[in-house]
Amino acid sequence: MIATESLSKRFPRVTALDRLSVDVGPGVTGLVGANGAGKSTLIKILLGLSPATEGRAEVLGLDVATKGADIRERVGYMPEHDCLPPDVSATEFVVHMARMSGLPPAAARERTADTLRHVGLYEERYRPIGGYSTGMKQRVKLAQALVHDPQLVFLDEPTNGLDPVGRDEMLGLIRRIHTDFGISVLVTSHLLGELERTCDHVVVVDGGKLLRSSSTTDFTQTTTTLAIEVTDSDDHPDGTRAARDALHARGVDVLDGSGGLPGAGHILLLTAQGEETYDLVRDVVADLGLGLVRMEQRRHHISEVFTDSGQGSEQSTEAQRKEAVGHGS
Amino acid sequence: MAVEHPVAAQPGDQTRIHNIGYRTYDGPRLGRSYATRSLYSQSLRGAYGLGRSVKSKVLPMLLFVVMCVPAAIMVAVAVATKASDLPVDYTRYAIVMQAVISLYIASQAPQSVSRDLRFKTVPLYFSRPIETADYVRAKFAALASALFILTAAPLIVLYVGALLAKLDFADQTKGFAQGLVSVALLSLLLAGIGLVIASVTPRRGFGIAAVIAVLTISYGAVSTLQAIAEVQNSSGAIAWIGLFSPVTLIDGVQTAFLGATSAFPGGVGPTNGEGAVYVLVTLGLIAGSYGLLMRRYKKVGL
Repeated sequence: MIATESLSKRFPRVTALDRLSVDVGPGVTGLVGANGAGKSTLIKILLGLSPATEGRAEVLGLDVATKGADIRERVGYMPEHDCLPPDVSATEFVVHMARMSGLPPAAARERTADTLRHVGLYEERYRPIGGYSTGMKQRVKLAQALVHDPQLVFLDEPTNGLDPVGRDEMLGLIRRIHTDFGISVLVTSHLLGELERTCDHVVVVDGGKLLRSSSTTDFTQTTTTLAIEVTDSDDHPDGTRAARDALHARGVDVLDGSGGLPGAGHILLLTAQGEETYDLVRDVVADLGLGLVRMEQRRHHISEVFTDSGQGSEQSTEAQRKEAVGHGS
Repeated sequence: MAVEHPVAAQPGDQTRIHNIGYRTYDGPRLGRSYATRSLYSQSLRGAYGLGRSVKSKVLPMLLFVVMCVPAAIMVAVAVATKASDLPVDYTRYAIVMQAVISLYIASQAPQSVSRDLRFKTVPLYFSRPIETADYVRAKFAALASALFILTAAPLIVLYVGALLAKLDFADQTKGFAQGLVSVALLSLLLAGIGLVIASVTPRRGFGIAAVIAVLTISYGAVSTLQAIAEVQNSSGAIAWIGLFSPVTLIDGVQTAFLGATSAFPGGVGPTNGEGAVYVLVTLGLIAGSYGLLMRRYKKVGL
């Protein structure tokens, strides 16, 4: 779907992309990076709107430098920022955008009705966009990117500004774009956690460089972190500590829930080696007579992915261990 | 689904709207030139509030009526009094009505381009097959066409009226044709100036104020200077001063080449030599505003 070869983009003062080589296949691909990591610059280059300083890139087998218009006909783009005029209805706006993509008037209207229904906008689509909630606006933005039935869509931070429910709905929708509509997706985010649930493949960029590119299953299964929380009992007034000590005695490394958030001290993190770890936790908690409030898989934070190459996160892991030791003694 | 599991079907399931699934699109994709034409027609309709809210139809329609009513009255008077000529020349009409035209351009140029900039819709256009030049051309052509409709419609009223009043056919047709050429030039010139100003003022209110200011101040300044030159008997300067405002510029062009009587003080228009300069400046301004718009949108990008 997308292939770049030592793609670089330099502005007079910053290097936005630094010899980025990446291959993206069909499916849902997450592009993760902190703000300013070069995600938006990459999308601009892939749309053929901004020439690369060096290197080359292909989208759908077409060279971005020479076939920009052909690429843009087959690709959809949902920008990060607001892009909707408030005084027209969603229907009018999306019909207009469909025609801008080259759809004949009748097809534009039909596709607009279909697409708005698929993204979950019904009666409200006849009202001016100015009165929409953020979630509805995001849906209109998504609809205009899909209305011409592209082979590939670029979604730039589609969950930005949404509440948790809206976020989940948007992620579900993104998943469906591939599974139900058969359209491949490149979605950017600065939150790895939410992309893990949605994407088949995740590409991590930092400072314009490729940090990691692998399928999602790769980095969720190699190391699964379990988070457990237990109740206190009369025998064990500090249930958390009792569970930690007992688990430690059975040879399991336990960390405190990090982050210093309120209540985080009651959460124990441990590395699951396999099925037997779950059984062990169950047995240990039952033996102590404690209640098990939660046992869940913890997803990685973006910082943990940086562990491979960044030394900063190694230090933070070390700090976590120290903290754990401090609590234990 | 409900058919496959009749036992599992809940009462609520029966009222469910069934998703008929995603349909792919295999029809034609008409590409760049079609998209450009669509943008042109959408912008032209938008310049009269068509396809927009009722509120945005009011001003352009009102101005259109205000442009045409005096022409209709003149025609009525000419027919009733059996006059031998229309009270105003075809070429003069737009000059007389310039305040209305200025108001129209000030209100519609920002609505045409400032909205796209203000609400950042421009990236959506440029992530599609059309290029910067297509966008600029479509917007320019649409506004110029809208202005041409505004300025040519009263001329048509005058012409039809003149024929009904049985005025000299050859004479009227020639005047009408000259009038059309003049308003076509005026439309292109004002559309260019209006769009350039609007494209650098994303806030619509500022855009409106800026366009009105540029048009009225330049005309006011030029007229005043011309009047002073007239009083001081330096009538040679009058023609040269006229180069500095859009309306007097068109006045000069039509006086020199389109058989119009000049609206300059003393009625002294530019000579043919000076008129050539007028034409060059007019065309230069039109081309220049196109160039500036291109430069402006090259920067906007995504």
